[in-house]
Amino acid sequence: MNANHAHRKTNGSILPCLLTALALTGTLLVGCSSKQSEKQEGQITVGFSQIGAESGWRTANTQSIKSEAEKRGVDLRFSDAQGKQENQIRAIRTFIQQKVDVIAFSPVVETGWQPVLEEAKRAGIPVFLTDRAVDVTDDSLYVSFIGSDFIEEGRRAGEWLAKKMDGKAKIAELQGTTGSAPAIDRKKGFEAFIADYPEMTIIKSQSGDFTRAKGKEVFEAFLRSPEGSEINALYAHNDDMALGAIQAIEEAGKKPGTDIVIVSIDGVHDAFQAILDGKLNCTVECNPLIGPQVFDAVEKYLAGEELPKRIQIEEGVFDENIVTQEVLDKRQY
Amino acid sequence: METKTFRSRAATKIVWPVLALALLILVNVLLDARSFNSFTDAFREGAFLHISFKNGYPSGALIDILNHGSKVMILALGMSLVIATGGVDLSVGAVMAISGATAAVLTVRGLPPTVVIPIALLISMVCGLWNGILVGMLKIQPIVATLILMVAGRGVAQMITGAQIITFHSPVMEFIGNGRLAWLPLPFPFILVLIMLFITWVSTRKTAIGLLVESVGSNPTASRFAGVRATSVIMMAYIFSGFCAGIAGLIAASNIKAADPTHAGLLLEMDAIFAVVVGGTALTGGRFFLGGAIIGGILIQTLTTTMYAQDVSADVAPLPKAIVVLIVCLIQSETFRNKLSKTWRRKQS
Repeated sequence: MNANHAHRKTNGSILPCLLTALALTGTLLVGCSSKQSEKQEGQITVGFSQIGAESGWRTANTQSIKSEAEKRGVDLRFSDAQGKQENQIRAIRTFIQQKVDVIAFSPVVETGWQPVLEEAKRAGIPVFLTDRAVDVTDDSLYVSFIGSDFIEEGRRAGEWLAKKMDGKAKIAELQGTTGSAPAIDRKKGFEAFIADYPEMTIIKSQSGDFTRAKGKEVFEAFLRSPEGSEINALYAHNDDMALGAIQAIEEAGKKPGTDIVIVSIDGVHDAFQAILDGKLNCTVECNPLIGPQVFDAVEKYLAGEELPKRIQIEEGVFDENIVTQEVLDKRQY
Repeated sequence: METKTFRSRAATKIVWPVLALALLILVNVLLDARSFNSFTDAFREGAFLHISFKNGYPSGALIDILNHGSKVMILALGMSLVIATGGVDLSVGAVMAISGATAAVLTVRGLPPTVVIPIALLISMVCGLWNGILVGMLKIQPIVATLILMVAGRGVAQMITGAQIITFHSPVMEFIGNGRLAWLPLPFPFILVLIMLFITWVSTRKTAIGLLVESVGSNPTASRFAGVRATSVIMMAYIFSGFCAGIAGLIAASNIKAADPTHAGLLLEMDAIFAVVVGGTALTGGRFFLGGAIIGGILIQTLTTTMYAQDVSADVAPLPKAIVVLIVCLIQSETFRNKLSKTWRRKQS
């Protein structure tokens, strides 16, 4: 009896503490690093919800936005969604309550944004999308989408591969996270381009979740499959999966970059290193340094200018002929 | 007598996951036979059962399963003890990330593996201790207590690496996840599983620890009156789970020769819990079957590998996976089996 009683008592006192702690964690997650500084007259407040710190690319993207905001004296309320849509929706709702001037975010997935964007519209807060698009029926829900064109990236990867392989290839494809905008569009763009080359076929395609570990595991399975020995090209939706696949290819006793030609997208530091090492053939850049272009657009909009629905980011294609140690040293991410 | 009936019950419990595993492999063989148009080709190159020898080491889909499944199997060992105490450890995935991140950062700094590995494992055990204190001493509900580290741990891992993927080069560190021993040519991660299984089995079943863990899980009040110090037993279970997660984290990082703090071990806590439950350990606590947990781990990896081998598109892969999980749960359920055999008998008569 005694023990039971004591037990209940501890529980009783712990639970409220715990709830408070949880609530605190919640506010921390949402309102992170948004310094509640005194708002100066005329200063723009921007609420930005980032997907999360998933890769070097994303870190560079975050850095670019943060440093540009600081440079321009913008009050940036930055929130990290840790890869979860519900966190982003919560962050956007918090921004609406805080009555920020502009909301910007990189959506984790394409769907499910209609309700929260309608709330923002009702509150009269303009929304900018960065880097990834959303799937909504009413495109007046956001002002402009600033970011890379994933379809174009896929198309460029296809174009480079067709040239390199003389239009003949048995391709294995490592897709990104199922349902994410880059995975859908990079696939679409690539497929649309190689459709004109009857001798370029995708013989294997699976999701590698944009990670090295899955990229390696899935490509290992590809190489084991009956068609495995025919694969002579790999198209990976991001560099990390390609880097994982390179390890699988090496462990299977083949030479990545020679036996299997590899093209991927993003242009992260390790990918440039792999190109220098002759293991990766080409990476199509997906430029994360979008801060200047985002805040240009925000300032123009607040000054009353009309903006296009789509603002393209400048980016390049890097293959083994271009990449040298010098190019690598100059990369910011 | 008591132990004997208990043992035999353990034996019947393990029958079902083994049966499900055999069924899954059979499905693969049948699908292979369909694509090759013959049964005799079940072992030919490209088939699920095919095993080739590369540089003298066996390799094939079955070997891949043992290799990639090893992380979940090791997690499941620690999880078994925690679940047996009536708890659950949701933080193992995050602890994996912390362990891998620590190891990668220290390796890049130039420290030798003899220093790096103990430090990474020690930090993992401290994570386990943290859970143990919350659950054992402060009596916080295990789901909530370990959820804290599940959320915060990934942040800690990202802090350690500066939210970057840290690539490292070190023969010893790379061996943990990719190596093969000359005299036992199975993937080294799986050998680690066997070693961990042996250690766990000896230290729980050949000493009183296993009994204490189960007594705390089945009736905490009675075991307290019997003089069992529940707090230290519970804390030990969580520390051990942290240790297992630390090893799994080293394997995960070593596998890709890099620490990926965002993705390492992501959602693996769910796989580990699934492996333990499928292996015949009830979530209500009080009992654990280590062998079952290992079979459960193999089962879940076989499922994943099957999706790759049979070209199931990534969009629909969760569905067949869910169906297999459902079937396994159904054949595990005694109530369902009884109902089924009743209808069967009625039809016959």
